[in-house]
Amino acid sequence: MSDLIRIENLIKTYGNVRAVDGISFSIPEGICFGLLGPNGAGKTTTIEMMEGILKPDSGEIYFHGRKIDRHFKQKVGIQFQNTALPEFITVKETLELFQALYPNPRTIEEIIEICSLADIIDRDNRKLSGGQRQRMLLGLAIIPRPEMLFLDEPTTGLDPQARRNFWELIGKIKAENTTILLTTHYMDEAEVLCDQIGIIDQGKLLEIDSPSKLLSSHFDGALVRVPHFGREDLVFSDGSLSGDFLEITTRNLDKTMKELLQSELNLEGLSIKKPNLEDLFLKLTGTSLRS
Amino acid sequence: MNKFTALVRARTMEFLRDRGTFFWNLLFPVILVIGFSFAFGSGGDSLFKIGVSGLKDDSRGTFLELSSIEVIAYDSKSADVIEKLRRHQLDMYIDFDSMTYYLNDESSSSEILRIITGAELSGFTENEISGEPIRYIDWAVPGIIGMNMLFSCLFGVGFVIVRYRKNGVLKRMKATPVSPLLFITAQMSSRFVIVLITSVAVFTGTNLFLHFIVNGSYLLLLLITALAILCMISFGLIFAARLKSEELTSGLMNLLTFPMIIFSGVFFSLEGAPVFMQKASKVMPLTHFIEAARAVMIDGAGLIQIMPNILVLSGMTVGFLIIASMLFRWD
Ligand SMILES: Nc1ncnc2c1ncn2[C@@H]1O[C@H](COP(=O)(O)OP(=O)(O)OP(=O)(O)O)[C@@H](O)[C@H]1O
Ligand SMILES: [Mg+2]
Repeated sequence: MSDLIRIENLIKTYGNVRAVDGISFSIPEGICFGLLGPNGAGKTTTIEMMEGILKPDSGEIYFHGRKIDRHFKQKVGIQFQNTALPEFITVKETLELFQALYPNPRTIEEIIEICSLADIIDRDNRKLSGGQRQRMLLGLAIIPRPEMLFLDEPTTGLDPQARRNFWELIGKIKAENTTILLTTHYMDEAEVLCDQIGIIDQGKLLEIDSPSKLLSSHFDGALVRVPHFGREDLVFSDGSLSGDFLEITTRNLDKTMKELLQSELNLEGLSIKKPNLEDLFLKLTGTSLRS
Repeated sequence: MNKFTALVRARTMEFLRDRGTFFWNLLFPVILVIGFSFAFGSGGDSLFKIGVSGLKDDSRGTFLELSSIEVIAYDSKSADVIEKLRRHQLDMYIDFDSMTYYLNDESSSSEILRIITGAELSGFTENEISGEPIRYIDWAVPGIIGMNMLFSCLFGVGFVIVRYRKNGVLKRMKATPVSPLLFITAQMSSRFVIVLITSVAVFTGTNLFLHFIVNGSYLLLLLITALAILCMISFGLIFAARLKSEELTSGLMNLLTFPMIIFSGVFFSLEGAPVFMQKASKVMPLTHFIEAARAVMIDGAGLIQIMPNILVLSGMTVGFLIIASMLFRWD
């Protein structure tokens, strides 16, 4: 698999904020790449530089191995984190408008089908609910039959059901072999959709790999979490304090449990689980994604 | 549909469906025109106005003492005086030097004055000229329509693009293969057609009742209107080029349109105004539109006579477009 898009040492500064601080990675053709990071990590800034919307202070973006040029915009589909839609026109009219802007667009019927827009097709843009709006914006993004689709937090603010429906839509698009770059705050979403994940914080790329490899390289065995009730004196190998919790990653659960019992810590609220991306995220960034 | 048509279509639909703005654009000037024609309609006082020249102490004319007659003295007979008579600003003109008097055969006041003065002016030669009266509204209608054009162009292009920038529509456009030039040209075209049609509609509609004087060519009026609209839209684009705040934009626009309306002679003539004010008014597109439109309507001016206005408007348009395109940013 060859790389479809590659970025090299992107840097973007706003005043004295380094929003993106030297990020490099590449995305192979046909995969779904997830960019994860807490609020203000630099996800939007990174993705918008890759889209050609923001000019990086320095660094390069290569598409098919060549620097992006003016034809790039015909080949990519973009869904911004916040987008206003033209007012006073309907979903269908908006789709028709965007259709006219691209050389080889999808048909309206195709988009209605992929994004389940049939029930809202004649509705005024201003009268869409959050979920309907996201489906419509995805529809706009896929009009150009993009080789590469950029989705910036496409499911933020949707209810769990709507999010799952949205995953299905993305699944359909992925099945057409479209390469996708998406940012999200939801770890379950990243686990379901993404083949590769990059975790960024404070403008820097911390980790990049497939979800399973990331987990196995950071967590060995099980994760034990227990409220420490202020007992910050507790010392465990592979243990760390995270907020009100003591977290211990262990390969030898039996031994860890015995140690915990000996410490006379109140074990009310103890949980043992297989670590997931959320745990990894917390470990790497030290903050909760949804905070 | 190509890109351009699609963009023009979307913008025009947006305008047509925004009922509030749509009706405001159409009704505001109509209300003004009709309001002004009522307010300044019938000329008010019933005085007869007689222009005289060469009046001596022994001249005949006891009627000149009548209180219902206002006498305006002129040095000598001139084209200006005759023009005033033609436009019903005078009801009669008597030149005692050459023993001639002039009446307007389309004026009922002239007719009455002929009877009143007839006996005393025996031996004088009578001359008849004809011309419709110029009412205030004939004079004011280009100004009112021009003012509406100015609002509609500034807010319909300048302000709307600033709003697009603020709410992200411009950013969404930037993400497509559309070039700024194409996008802006489409916005301009949509607005151009809308303003041209509303202006023609307002004029034609009110003309049905008010029968404006149009001595010159309608085609020339249309030409000057089209040119003025282009010029005003280009002016609006300068605001649209970079501003991000709707409040700032509308503040600036109001700040600029207010003096333009006062000093372009929309409601009153600048003839008596200080020279610097008259000069200052020449930098405003609206002034040139109003001057040219009045010249065509009232004086029956042709292309040659209004060429200076046409050249200035064209020059300004090009200048504004260059400035706007140098300043423009998507975000
Ligand atoms: N236009 C701007 N002007 C100034 N600072 C900005 C601008 N855009 C972003 N920043 C700053 O750059 C940093 C990264 O912002 P960015 O929007 O990329 O974060 P993000 O990861 O997308 O966050 P979120 O999850 O909240 O969307 C933040 O500190 C933000 O305050
Ligand atoms: Mg963001």
